[in-house]
Order: sequence, then structure tokens, then C-alpha cells
Amino acid sequence: MSRQTARGGDPRKVNGELFTLTYGALVAQLMKDYENDEEVNKQLEKMGYNIGVRIIEDFLARANSTRCNDFRDVAEQISKVAFKMYLGVTPVVSNWSPAADEFSLLLENNPLTDFVELPEGHDALIYSNILCGVLKGALEMIQMDVDVKFVQDQLKGDNITEIRLKFIKRLEDAVPVGED
Amino acid sequence: MASMGKQKSSSLDKSLSKGKPEVNAATYALLFSEIVQYCQNRVYTVPELQNKLAEMGQHVGSHLLDVLFLREKGFKREIKLLSMLIFIKSNFWKTVFGKEAEKLEQANDDERTYFIIEKEPLVNKYISVPKDKGSLNCAAFTAGMLEAVLNGANFPAKVTVHWHKGTCFMIKFDESVIARDKMIDSR
Repeated sequence: MSRQTARGGDPRKVNGELFTLTYGALVAQLMKDYENDEEVNKQLEKMGYNIGVRIIEDFLARANSTRCNDFRDVAEQISKVAFKMYLGVTPVVSNWSPAADEFSLLLENNPLTDFVELPEGHDALIYSNILCGVLKGALEMIQMDVDVKFVQDQLKGDNITEIRLKFIKRLEDAVPVGED
Repeated sequence: MASMGKQKSSSLDKSLSKGKPEVNAATYALLFSEIVQYCQNRVYTVPELQNKLAEMGQHVGSHLLDVLFLREKGFKREIKLLSMLIFIKSNFWKTVFGKEAEKLEQANDDERTYFIIEKEPLVNKYISVPKDKGSLNCAAFTAGMLEAVLNGANFPAKVTVHWHKGTCFMIKFDESVIARDKMIDSR
């Protein structure tokens, strides 16, 4: 118990295990409710998108970041500021494409996947797909159309978890997609 | 059990982390908000929604149980009713929600019933209840967690959530729990 007294108390923070398990409960529920893994992936991305659309406001209000000049700035902000702020981890930015319109976020410790093992027969499930939705939603709100997807996942036996972001285009006069 | 082909690492091969880095409250609030919306889209009434949230809470609670007893108590389980309740009020609450629960009370007229009262549970912090759903309390999720923890520790109980002095979790133990507790006492 004494070990626990050191932390706790900060109302701006939430126990990471509670977070991980809550996300786990959500995925487990989706697995029950939907027929196949692809549908679950889609649903997770949609939820992530909704979160992203809202989290960007919080980010802009708190992070005090300056305007990004290019996609490299964006990558830095995502990994060093946004991930750090919201998930407490800092992914490594790497694997830039020659045209600098594509990069990867490498995650050593994905906070969503503690305690998680994928059961047999669910190879198509992208467990942490919510992250793709969040990134896509948040970037869309700042006029960037970006394609986000998992290319490696430790849950599937890869050495590292890798999220690939590909810049598609700048959105002009972006009208947010209506909620459904 | 073991998977073929690619090497998937098993959680059991890794050592258990000691306590966890925390995440931003906003992250959690947004995730929880999505959960509530998702549940709401699949049900018609407030009680159904609360049941659905409680179910997900149970999933969380049952997974927290072992790790909590291991870390906090060195694998020693509580066998006395009162110490179990105190464990929940203090250790459990503190670890999971960052502070102790505000109050633990027993019902005057029923030895099976206890209340844990929390003015503003974590999950309700950013939720404003719509007028037409006045009775909705999303801390049903927390109630589900409590229920799973109690059941997992072999204190079968029903936990429900009510609006009373903030949020009140009503814990109603199974007859057998009370009988067993009396037996331990009398020894």
C-alpha cells in the first residue's frame, strides 16, 4: 500500500491499467456484437475518429504548439507532444518516404495492449485500430487528409508496433463529416 | 493453445509491471464517452443502458482483481466481509481511481446491504445527464467493476448504482456471505 501513496491524487491523470482494461472491455464487447473482425476494425476506427475530432481541440488548447510548416513538423508534434500527452508514450518517427509525405510511428510499448493476447482465429482483428481513427480524425480537423494504418503489430508477433501515416492532400474549407 | 507460425508472446512470459504509468484524464473521458454512445445506440431504455455499461465494467473488474491482490496484498485474499469492504474502499479505490472512496456505510435495517458513496465518480466527471434521462448514472460501469471484484473474491453480491449524496453504490450481499462471516466470527 505504501508504494501506492507516492502517486495518485492528480485529477488530470487516470490509472493506466484501468484505461487499458476499459479499452479491452470495449473491444471484447465489439467482438461479441459483430459478425467478423473487419466489422470490428471499422467500428473501432469510427470511434477513434469521433475521439480525434474532439481531442484536437484539447490538444490545440493545451499543447501551445506553433504552426507546423511541413509534414515533418506534424510527425514531431504527433509523437513528442500528442502521444506523450494523451498516452504517456513517445513513439519513434522513422521510415520516411523519399518525398517526405509518408512516415511511420514505431511503438515499443503500446499502452492499449497490456495484458492482451489475441485469441486463435482472429488474425484479421486490428486490436488498436482506434488509434488510426484518432489520428485521422484529429488531422482532418486541421485540414489534412491522411491515410493511417497499422503495418506491424506486436500482438501479431511482430517485433514492434508500427503505424504508417501517408499524407494525401490538404483539405480546403474542410466541412466536418456529419455524425451519424 | 500455442499459436503456430509467427511467435506471439504470451502475457504470462512477461513479468508483471509494477504499477503503471498513467494516462491523461481527457483520453479516458473520451474513450468512456464513446463507450456510452456505443451502448446507447444498441439499447432502448435507461436500465438497459446501465446493464450494458455494468457488463463492460464487470469485464474490467474481473481482470483487475488478481493484479490488485497480488500487488497490494502479496496474494493474500480477504476472507472477512468487513476487511474486504475496506479493501475496496481504500486500496482498490486508491489504485484505480487515485483516491479513497468517500464513504462506506451499512444500511440500518439490513445487515446484507452496504453503501459506498462517492460524490463524483471518475467516469461521471465529464458527463452531463440529459433531462429526459434523469435517472441515468453512467457509474453503472463502476458498479459492474465492484460486482466482479466481489464475486471474484467469493463474496457474491449485487451492486447497483443510485443517485444519493452524489453517486451511491448499493452492495447487497448474498445470504451465504453473511452466514459465512458469522461463522468465522464465532470461531
